[in-house]
Amino acid sequence: MEVTQLQKLQKKLSQNYKEILMGQTIIEKIFSEKLGRVSKAGEYVFADIDKCLSTDISLPSVLESFSKIKNKTILNKEKIIIIEDHLVPSKDIASANILNKVKNFVSKENIPNYYGFGTGGICHVVMPEEGMVKPGEIIIGTDSHTCSYGALGCFSTGVGSTDMAYAWSTGNLWFNIPESIRINLKGDLQKNVSGKDIILKVIGILGEQGAIYKALEFGGDSISQLSIDDRLTMCNMGIECGAKTALFPVDDLTIEYLTELSIHVDQKLYPDLDANYSKIIDVDLNTLKPQVSFPHSPSNVKEANELNDVKVDQIVIGSCTNGRFNDFKTVHEILKGKRINNDVKVLLIPGSQKVLKEIINQNLINDLIDAGCTISSPTCGPCIGLHTGILGENNVGLYTTNRNFRGRNGAKSSEVYLCSPATAAASAITGYITES
Amino acid sequence: MILKGNIFKYGDNINTDLIIPGRYGNIICNDELAKHCLEDLDSSFVEKVKLGDILVVGNNFGCGSSREVAPIVIQKCGISCIIGKSFARIFFRNAINIGLRIIQSPDFFDDVEDGESTEIEIENDVFVNTVTQNKFQIDATYPLLNEIITAGGLINYLNNQ
Repeated sequence: MEVTQLQKLQKKLSQNYKEILMGQTIIEKIFSEKLGRVSKAGEYVFADIDKCLSTDISLPSVLESFSKIKNKTILNKEKIIIIEDHLVPSKDIASANILNKVKNFVSKENIPNYYGFGTGGICHVVMPEEGMVKPGEIIIGTDSHTCSYGALGCFSTGVGSTDMAYAWSTGNLWFNIPESIRINLKGDLQKNVSGKDIILKVIGILGEQGAIYKALEFGGDSISQLSIDDRLTMCNMGIECGAKTALFPVDDLTIEYLTELSIHVDQKLYPDLDANYSKIIDVDLNTLKPQVSFPHSPSNVKEANELNDVKVDQIVIGSCTNGRFNDFKTVHEILKGKRINNDVKVLLIPGSQKVLKEIINQNLINDLIDAGCTISSPTCGPCIGLHTGILGENNVGLYTTNRNFRGRNGAKSSEVYLCSPATAAASAITGYITES
Repeated sequence: MILKGNIFKYGDNINTDLIIPGRYGNIICNDELAKHCLEDLDSSFVEKVKLGDILVVGNNFGCGSSREVAPIVIQKCGISCIIGKSFARIFFRNAINIGLRIIQSPDFFDDVEDGESTEIEIENDVFVNTVTQNKFQIDATYPLLNEIITAGGLINYLNNQ
């Protein structure tokens, strides 16, 4: 009903109404633009790739796949981005050897976009921050959370190392253009509720496999209330309900964010009013409360206020999901002048060197240290259970990260709950999972 | 094409951390990694699995990471084919890209028991369990995907062009 009225209004207002009623989702528009013809969900296509991201942990297998290609020439080195984040600072000799391999490759091939230890941070924080994500682009990464960049209106998705080697060589890759699930956001975001709570709610509704082979497209009047940091958090976790990617429209906020990075974008990007969706889900922000994912699945979601007896051993605030400056600003607002519970360890991991610098420049760091937090250098470490805060037998973790699969973050008997930075900070004070 | 082997059967949402835990992210030798295949799910898998065996799984198999080592370690262990109700998307394409036969067919799960020996005959987009004589449709097929698997993976597909 609402859509029909809008369509009528659009017809009256616009001479070019046919252009806005082509029945296309954002995904279909991106592929249509790339392929130079009208493209629909369900098609198998080869499309040109704009950026190829690999990290320290995935690069060795990309190199192995690439070595099997007859024509061992990289088509366009400018498109390759290498970021060290999973294994830094190297936890052991094996990790250090992998980092040596990464460095050797970058030097030998003269890869221009290289962010080694100390110069970048976690890939999905660094990429948008460094202006390497633009609306309408197709970006692939050998990391499943590459779907994050849809926050800026592009098609970005995680791939394996063979896919990456193929794209390095040919400049393109095969895709099945996904159908989209529309997530309609209505109402006003409440205090201490953030993008993380919205995406956890959505994953809870859809389930761990609810969006397999599909894309999530966020829309609705409330999206203007969501900062780019919030949008990146939400798109980042699209994969946790199986989505190929997750996207926001390109609106005033996107253009403002990109302008600050000296990226000029002259066109907004919205889905057509008559776009086809495989499903439409409404989320009312007026009533949305802080959410928590229970062990051992991100889709095992409950409201934080339903819990009062979950005692926590370790809290980790950071990762590609929630390691941006606004996340630490929220944590600072809650912890300033307070002291964390004696029984809980709190580890803050800024997502990049820039985020860390901002935490220092904005004078947040002293209050956070005084509250009892430990600050680490940017790394994926504990999120993937590799290093820097591994959980022991029966330990309980409360993490702002993206996955809580059994055994991922340490001992098989350990348990991890997922939440927003605000909930993590409030829980740091009490030592129990607590609504902020 | 005929595939013959013992069935290893697991349920829904088997994630990549169960297939190959992230804690082994500092190992780059695939043969070494394969020794840990599925260890957090079934510690006896690696000892029992033999060349040609078939993995039968529930929904959303391979969810989580994009690390290609997930299908690689399964292939290294000798598994000839994975038949599942549904697959996580990155795992699905990674398996195709390395030339590991992956079949989405929701009903086959209930046609076999864990541990039993079976034989399947694949022809285009259908396959037959020659033990039960039941026939199954293969979902999510597309000529391009078959071409890639038949070539032995995406790199061979490219090299043959």
